[in-house]
Amino acid sequence: MTDVLDRPEAGDTLRVVGTRPARPDGVDKVTGRATYGADFTMAGQLVGKILRSPHAHARIVSIDTRKARALPGVKAIVIGTDFPDQASEELAGGEGASNIRDIALNCLARDKVLYQGHAVAAVAATSSSIADAALALIDVKYEVLPHVTDVEAAMAPDAPLLDETRFTTGLETKPDKPSNIASRMQLKRGDLADGFASADVIVEGRYITPAVHQGYIEPHACVASFGADGQCQVWASSQGQFMIRAYCAKILNIEASDIRVTPAEIGGGFGGKTTVYIEPVALALSKQAGAPVKIVMTRDEVFRATGPTSGAVIEVKLGAKSDGTIVAADVVLKYQAGAFPGSPVGAGAMTALACYNIPNFLITGYDVVNNTPKVAAYRAPGAPISAFGVESAVDELAEKLGMDPIALRLKNAVHDGDKAAYGPTFKNIGYVETLEAIANHPHYKAPLGPNQGRGLAVGFWFNVGGESTAAVNIVEDGSAVVISGNPDIGGSRASMAMMAAEVLGLPVEHVRPIVADTASIGFSMLTGGSRTTFATGMAVTQAAQKVVEDLKRRAAEIWDVAVDKVEWVNGSAVCLDAAKAKPDLTLAAIAGQSAKTGGPIGATIALNAQGAGPGFGVHLCDVEVDPETGHVSVVRYTAAQDVGKAIHPSYVEGQVQGGAVQGIGWALNEEYVFDGKGAMENPGFLDYRMPVASDLPMIDAVLVEVANPRHPFGAKGVGEVPIVPPLAAVGNAVSRAIGVRMHDLPLSPPRVRAAIDAG
Amino acid sequence: MSQLDYLAPASAEDAAKALAAGGDTARPLSGGTDLLVQLRAGRLKPGLIVDLKKIPGAIGIREEAGGFVIGAATSGAALGEHAPLVRAWPGVVEATNLIGSTQIQGRASMAGNICNASPAADSVPALVAARATCVVVGPTGRRTVPVEEIPVGPGRTSLAPGEFVLEIRLPPRGFHAADAYLRSIPRTEMDIAVVGVAVNLTLGVDGVITDARIALGAVGPTVIVAREAAAVLVGTRAEDDVLARLDEAARAVCRPISDKRGTAEFRTKITGVLARRVATIAYARAKERI
Repeated sequence: MTDVLDRPEAGDTLRVVGTRPARPDGVDKVTGRATYGADFTMAGQLVGKILRSPHAHARIVSIDTRKARALPGVKAIVIGTDFPDQASEELAGGEGASNIRDIALNCLARDKVLYQGHAVAAVAATSSSIADAALALIDVKYEVLPHVTDVEAAMAPDAPLLDETRFTTGLETKPDKPSNIASRMQLKRGDLADGFASADVIVEGRYITPAVHQGYIEPHACVASFGADGQCQVWASSQGQFMIRAYCAKILNIEASDIRVTPAEIGGGFGGKTTVYIEPVALALSKQAGAPVKIVMTRDEVFRATGPTSGAVIEVKLGAKSDGTIVAADVVLKYQAGAFPGSPVGAGAMTALACYNIPNFLITGYDVVNNTPKVAAYRAPGAPISAFGVESAVDELAEKLGMDPIALRLKNAVHDGDKAAYGPTFKNIGYVETLEAIANHPHYKAPLGPNQGRGLAVGFWFNVGGESTAAVNIVEDGSAVVISGNPDIGGSRASMAMMAAEVLGLPVEHVRPIVADTASIGFSMLTGGSRTTFATGMAVTQAAQKVVEDLKRRAAEIWDVAVDKVEWVNGSAVCLDAAKAKPDLTLAAIAGQSAKTGGPIGATIALNAQGAGPGFGVHLCDVEVDPETGHVSVVRYTAAQDVGKAIHPSYVEGQVQGGAVQGIGWALNEEYVFDGKGAMENPGFLDYRMPVASDLPMIDAVLVEVANPRHPFGAKGVGEVPIVPPLAAVGNAVSRAIGVRMHDLPLSPPRVRAAIDAG
Repeated sequence: MSQLDYLAPASAEDAAKALAAGGDTARPLSGGTDLLVQLRAGRLKPGLIVDLKKIPGAIGIREEAGGFVIGAATSGAALGEHAPLVRAWPGVVEATNLIGSTQIQGRASMAGNICNASPAADSVPALVAARATCVVVGPTGRRTVPVEEIPVGPGRTSLAPGEFVLEIRLPPRGFHAADAYLRSIPRTEMDIAVVGVAVNLTLGVDGVITDARIALGAVGPTVIVAREAAAVLVGTRAEDDVLARLDEAARAVCRPISDKRGTAEFRTKITGVLARRVATIAYARAKERI
């Protein structure tokens, strides 16, 4: 069951927004007709496969491809030096800026391999078995180097260096020795020493989270076709067709308009499909072979060479008055970046204390390279990690103070007008309302059984806006098509259609939403940052409003009345000119005679949406621990979130539930396990343990609606907030169930049983 | 390029001949839930696959001389739907039904589980506790082998070239007897046993245990028959102090490794816990039959 608080007021006349129509993409997905990345094929297409490093860290001495080239059926082979040289350049395109040289080197290594699974060469052949045979014939000579996978070991002064020319940035004085610490960043307020000196109670803890993968069901897949005239096409599953276009253009030095990228249906991304791994490689192979090339990753490749998010060490020290007022916080975040810089430690630092008003704090973040796959964005990148440390420490503080965990958080909560720990001033936030929604939920007072514990944690995510283009075209029969450039990873087609239907006054079934290729609609930033319903939704709404203005003008022309005498009501033009009592003109009637009133009806809006509302989540988790086996069962879970306005509440609930489930998996059993040589030991879903359905109770999603006035319908981003609190919510529940504070994830049976035994 | 042949012989003798002729690269196929996965992952490159499912009796369960004869390619789902088998050997059936998912259960067989020779196989401890045997067919004829003698190490069996398991035989069930199986996994399904324990008990009319056999999975390279632990139970009614001694005796014979699925220390502790719990279940089941 789901509660929707703050239902529309009596005067609210929304007819479509806030309802739960059947999803426009649903039938294709459940019947198997939807075309995912691997489903697309072209005549004459070749099979592309990638040779990967067996070593975690090695210098590439030589690559001999002659034997492979000689194998009948092999049509192309590319290695890193086949890509044009890249300058080190930060390019906005993914989720945040990324260094294009690093992306290219991650697609195909050049001088060094930096993790086991790093791509070294690629072949295109007429069959899968020939491609496999060709990979085996490529002779790569390596000089194996010492490797480092652990974040703190990588930070040590004597650690093996991934890049001898890298010096830590962000320090007061320029270092004189190279380091794996790519950068250090700090956020501060007040005086830390004074703050701790005034504290009555201090808690201190060191927390560890492992690297975890996004775990999307669909492996990366693409088909690339490089035309003889230089015009290219790519069909690929990703979170942004424009991102693929931009990265491929840069990496291969092609004019971006010569690359047309068509988005496939996407089988999960969660941030992990905001960069390229195979598309530039497939294009390079296609160019050499003169035929289309398809590359489909295996699950093993997905685990070894894409994603994950950072493993990290989080140190938290909190000081509070005996009444619960937090007066000082010292947070140190050490995040693995993998092979190249760019861990989400910045966002981890900015979100770490975002829910709290604390007068004195210092947050220090380290971005650390190590010999594991380069991290990719994962749903609220960085935030669940820092939240695990901070929310565990706040829970310990509540226990030490003998305070209710919600009362402690209310005492220190941010409100409208407060300056956020990361800088801006909060407006129209619904944090306190969300805390109260859990405090007033029956779950909060439900009795606990033996060996059960209850954990609470809160979480924050910025949500963003950004550049989007959308078009609304009216069809001659009075239906409408909504075109946007954002792959639908969480229900955006439904929400786009609903917002357009609301403005046009059409039933939503008459509005068909599509996601177009890069040549068929103007630029949109990728689907990420929980931006699409907010930013692209704003473009869709404005395009629909522009269409309505045009429809009113056309009605006025047909009736020969002034435009201000025409009103648009429930999908029809209504004449307000009493002297010319005209029957209403439906949208279909106006569309049917569009030739007489100026031609086809449609509007395109391109904008850079500002004013995305930040989101807060409060999660409550009950666990039962088997004290003999250490097995943790999540027996009840309630997640409340300020969503602004739920356009399609079922989809919003789905986002809240899905985020909670991914966070529960992160808390309980997921982790990258490396052997002594730096090779991943569990690159499959058998031993990389994501939760299965029977592991979980129904997640009760409580939607709190504190409208964002800067969106036409009040929407805030919803997709990322719900993965921020669960790590600590589960951890706090287990800690309270067994009476031992748990500091390290995952809370797998061996770890929990060991903690119980150690007391 | 490599070639893969497929044969589906109509007799056990033809299958043995084909497997023998195929040599090292020939593999028998029952449900295929291990073989096809290993083939796709490139871990196995067989030159010949011999499908056993066309051999008369390879699929099916029949009662014979008070016991059960189960064809090598009989699926887990079929076992679960066979009421007399479930009543006689609830532990064997529940162990087999834990393998994989509902979909896997439609194909996966006990013979495959035995011959895949994983130390963590779920059905093997239960079959060993049940004193089950395999009818092995080979180029030189047939032999009957106790289940515990088939796997000899992780991924290795005692089967000679050309040999395959045709049938599994469960012995006649005495009165007041029952078995049970539990495993420890981090999740609730779709997983591999970190520890698996099977207990098979026979009681006297007074509720005193007259016979016990305990088999431990995933705590050694092959299934361990815990004879001392079983001896702890004989002559008792599985009282609390007996279970405490059982816990200790079960732990004493574990020889586990530490790996990504669990530490040796954890596996040993859990073996004791499960031994107590499984014995309690098996005892309750058997007692109901008095």
